[in-house]
Amino acid sequence: MEKILVGLKRAVDYNVRVRVKSDGSGVETDGVKMSINPFDEIALEEALRIRERGEASEVIVLSIGPGDAQQQLRTGLAMGADRAILVEADAALDALDRARVFKAIVDREGVELVVLGKQAIDDDNNQTGQMLAAVWDRPQATFASEVAIDGNTARVTREVDAGLETIEVDLPAVITADLRLNDPRYVKLPDIMKAKKKPLDTLALADLGIEASPAIEETHFAPPEARQKGIMVDDVSGLVTALKDKGLI
Amino acid sequence: MANVLLIAEHDGTNLNPSTAKSVACAANIEGAEVHVLVLAADAAGVAAEASRLDSVAKVLTVSNPANENALAAVLAPQIVALADGYDYVFGPSTTFGKDLMPRVAAMLGVNQISDIMSVEGSHTFKRPVYAGNAIVTVNAPEGHTVVATVRTASYRAVGSDNAAPVEAVDPGVELPTHTRFVELQTGQSDRPDLQTAARVVSGGRALGSSESFDIIYALADKLAAGVGASRAAVDAGYVPNDMQVGQTGKIIAPDLYLAIGISGAIQHLTGIKDAGTIVAINKDEEAPIFEVADIGLVADLFDAVPELTEALD
Ligand SMILES: Cc1cc2nc3c(=O)[nH]c(=O)nc-3n(C[C@H](O)[C@H](O)[C@H](O)COP(=O)(O)OP(=O)(O)OC[C@H]3O[C@@H](n4cnc5c(N)ncnc54)[C@H](O)[C@@H]3O)c2cc1C
Ligand SMILES: Nc1ncnc2c1ncn2[C@@H]1O[C@H](COP(=O)(O)O)[C@@H](O)[C@H]1O
Repeated sequence: MEKILVGLKRAVDYNVRVRVKSDGSGVETDGVKMSINPFDEIALEEALRIRERGEASEVIVLSIGPGDAQQQLRTGLAMGADRAILVEADAALDALDRARVFKAIVDREGVELVVLGKQAIDDDNNQTGQMLAAVWDRPQATFASEVAIDGNTARVTREVDAGLETIEVDLPAVITADLRLNDPRYVKLPDIMKAKKKPLDTLALADLGIEASPAIEETHFAPPEARQKGIMVDDVSGLVTALKDKGLI
Repeated sequence: MANVLLIAEHDGTNLNPSTAKSVACAANIEGAEVHVLVLAADAAGVAAEASRLDSVAKVLTVSNPANENALAAVLAPQIVALADGYDYVFGPSTTFGKDLMPRVAAMLGVNQISDIMSVEGSHTFKRPVYAGNAIVTVNAPEGHTVVATVRTASYRAVGSDNAAPVEAVDPGVELPTHTRFVELQTGQSDRPDLQTAARVVSGGRALGSSESFDIIYALADKLAAGVGASRAAVDAGYVPNDMQVGQTGKIIAPDLYLAIGISGAIQHLTGIKDAGTIVAINKDEEAPIFEVADIGLVADLFDAVPELTEALD
């Protein structure tokens, strides 16, 4: 195949302890470390491996978001992507609109495989890949832990509640990456230098003629209910007593 | 009135407990009339089970060999064809529902609400974001079908004293052949199912090997508990992936949860915060798991777990 498209979302780093703003308008992001959504790094790694096996010729990374998302795209280029596209948009764009942006780029570029993360760790939506597959009217293979490309089909093993499911899909298709698909490579300094010369195009949302979907409004953020402080026991017999006291054994 | 179409999850023979929990959520919508849709190769058995669920007004069935395995690309167009006249289309927030419902929503031209944890109004819901570090209240747009998944750990299954009518329906749509089922490998076990067990014992990286995990199984068997694991334990190959608890594994709400040799990373905690009582055994008194544990024991698990198993005789 010719081109693989990968989504790179700029998200709060997974090590950050996110705090809700006191006025409930959102979560604190000022001065907070931002990174590539961890699932997207895995998605990119998989796309690079497919290209390195000679099963694709170009990997394009796409981020939809603020201008700052260029940082994450540069990291993606340093990992080995060939080209980057930034679609400048409000970060709060709904998932269906984001799926429509992906579809617009798929059409423009003639993409045959899209690899996304299974979920963004900020909105925890787990939707965009499935929605893209729907608006594209193509197969989806979500929560992938193994991908094998064979000509015009892909065989994908999926992490499902019951275990591991394998399906076969015709290309073009959308695959979403689960955590155990691969271990993403580290970026080396010379790669960062090289990445600076790779093309990064910026498009405005308006350039793509996306029709906005009926939006879901986020009205209030609150911290989760805290659990009550527990007790410490000294030994196993203390534990057994505590469990008995609570009527649990 | 509020018409709810709820997509049943099943394995071809039995209804998955996620369905009865999703019914509980749907029933919280004021004036809800809940219809459960069973798409299967032969829907009769599962439909009979669904018709017994309280709060269900009707069960709809589509029996078609193409529905033998739950492929989102095959199920979605049938659901979309049958969604006419419904104000809500709900599914469970299991891997089945997460795979399927966004595809349904996009085909209906609407956004989807993931992981409803409470119904606040006809179009207002609460859901977790940032691995459960924030709870956001969302408003779905009026005048559009509300498509959503239900965070099943937030609900208790409805009872089963009902006898709702069952009706076969025909979506009358052409189904794609671009997606084909190959196989399902399940980690068959006789232990209670992780997602519905009243007690769960989980082991972490500290177990060190799949052989050492035997002490976790032995304790679980004493407690008639299901067995879970941290991601680190799964990644290290000690146990299969379907045992992972957490943000990207299973979200569970047992009455009793034992975290053994698990540090308590936020991604793990998000999977257990609805547990009744959390017990932690860890040799590091600074481990974050102790911040959420109701009962904590600082000890070497290789001493404490066999001792506890014995003490339960
Ligand atoms: C996007 C993303 C998603 C994730 N999703 C999940 C998820 O769904 N579920 C999940 O679990 N993790 C998830 N993780 C991983 C998570 O961040 C942690 O890395 C993981 O939970 C750690 O597992 P652990 O507690 O077993 O291992 P560790 O963090 O290594 O902790 C081991 C613990 O064992 C204790 N210990 C060691 N030896 C002994 C002994 N002999 N006796 C007693 N205690 C001992 C140590 O003190 C330590 O606290 C995710 C990470 C990311 C980035
Ligand atoms: N703004 C974005 N920019 C690039 N990729 C995105 C964006 N939003 C979502 N994606 C992709 O879609 C996946 C699922 O996101 P979500 O549906 O929001 O959980 C992510 O892992 C990304 O690969």
